[in-house]
Amino acid sequence: MVTNITSFGRSGLSDWLMQRVSAVILALYTVFIVAFLLFNPNLDYYTWSGLFSQTWMRIFSLLAFVALAAHAWIGLWTVTTDYLKSTRLRVGVQAVIILGIFVYLVWGIQILWGA
Amino acid sequence: MSNLQVSVYRYNPETDSAPYMQEFQVDTKGRDVMVLDVLHMMKEQDSGLAFRRSCREGVCGSDGMNMNGKNGLACITPLSDVVKNNKLTLRPLPGLPVIRDMVVDMGLFYKQYERIQPYLQNDTPPPAIERLQSPEERDKLDGLYECILCACCSTSCPSFWWNPEKFVGPAGLLQSYRFLADSRDTATSERLSNLEDPFSVFRCRGIMNCVAVCPKGLNPTRAIGKIREMLLADAT
Ligand code: SF4
Ligand code: SF4
Ligand code: FES
Repeated sequence: MVTNITSFGRSGLSDWLMQRVSAVILALYTVFIVAFLLFNPNLDYYTWSGLFSQTWMRIFSLLAFVALAAHAWIGLWTVTTDYLKSTRLRVGVQAVIILGIFVYLVWGIQILWGA
Repeated sequence: MSNLQVSVYRYNPETDSAPYMQEFQVDTKGRDVMVLDVLHMMKEQDSGLAFRRSCREGVCGSDGMNMNGKNGLACITPLSDVVKNNKLTLRPLPGLPVIRDMVVDMGLFYKQYERIQPYLQNDTPPPAIERLQSPEERDKLDGLYECILCACCSTSCPSFWWNPEKFVGPAGLLQSYRFLADSRDTATSERLSNLEDPFSVFRCRGIMNCVAVCPKGLNPTRAIGKIREMLLADAT
């Protein structure tokens, strides 16, 4: 039995499923934002902040941020376990990635509810 | 017709400090022979050249090697399939430790094969004569049982290069599915639970190098997809 403690869900199956679900969420979010920008060619601050003051948009955005964080961690964890053979270096890089993702997540939430 | 230029990987750990490429000129008399025939002609020039072969007809799987950058069986690969500009470069299967020249240590490959328990397991009392299958059940094993374990697929798979101790590899997974798909096997859930970690199956990135090289025309990527489906159905 192959073991691991640093992968997202400790199981290849759950990581695999999460990677696909988060990809779908991110795709929907991207399509929505692009469509919104296309339908509002003269976008100003009020329309933009108006969009983000809606509760449903905040939920949707938060969902996308969390999906992005999970997606990034699963993908980068895979890259580190493929290419970084020294345990110290690998754990070090994984720690930096986790920290980066955490900072971006908190920062994103702050922007969402701060405005 | 000029001689074929062959460049071959040489390494004898007892005498060489590092591997090197040796150049040969081989007169094929203009015939489109198999790469294995060329190796035999080279061995007449230098009897120290080491490579494996047995059946010389694509059945035993012992002469898997890398020919002009692509893995395959030397005995069933005609020169016209691989030679470019009258040049042929031969290297051992990538990613496995070299014992000598073209001979690699297949230990890791066999270890992964062993891990998937490549034998029928059935905990019900044996019937008087044999365990029967319907023709439909038997059909499910087509495209799986034909594997000759030549390792051409696994040694062309980057995921196997990076994690050969943890990722089962296309050959092992094809055989794993061969037993998962067998109606006479009752160990399905134990087999699946041995595969659900992030490496054994899920390190496959679906780039299909394995499918591109299999000399038997088998499709490990498809089998891997089926294992994933079974894991998903079992766990959700
Ligand atoms: S699947 Fe094909 S390439 Fe892989 S070991 Fe079997 S016969 Fe060889
Ligand atoms: S499809 Fe999967 S098993 Fe086949 S070569 Fe690619 S990563 Fe390896
Ligand atoms: S010598 Fe047996 S497969 Fe090539």
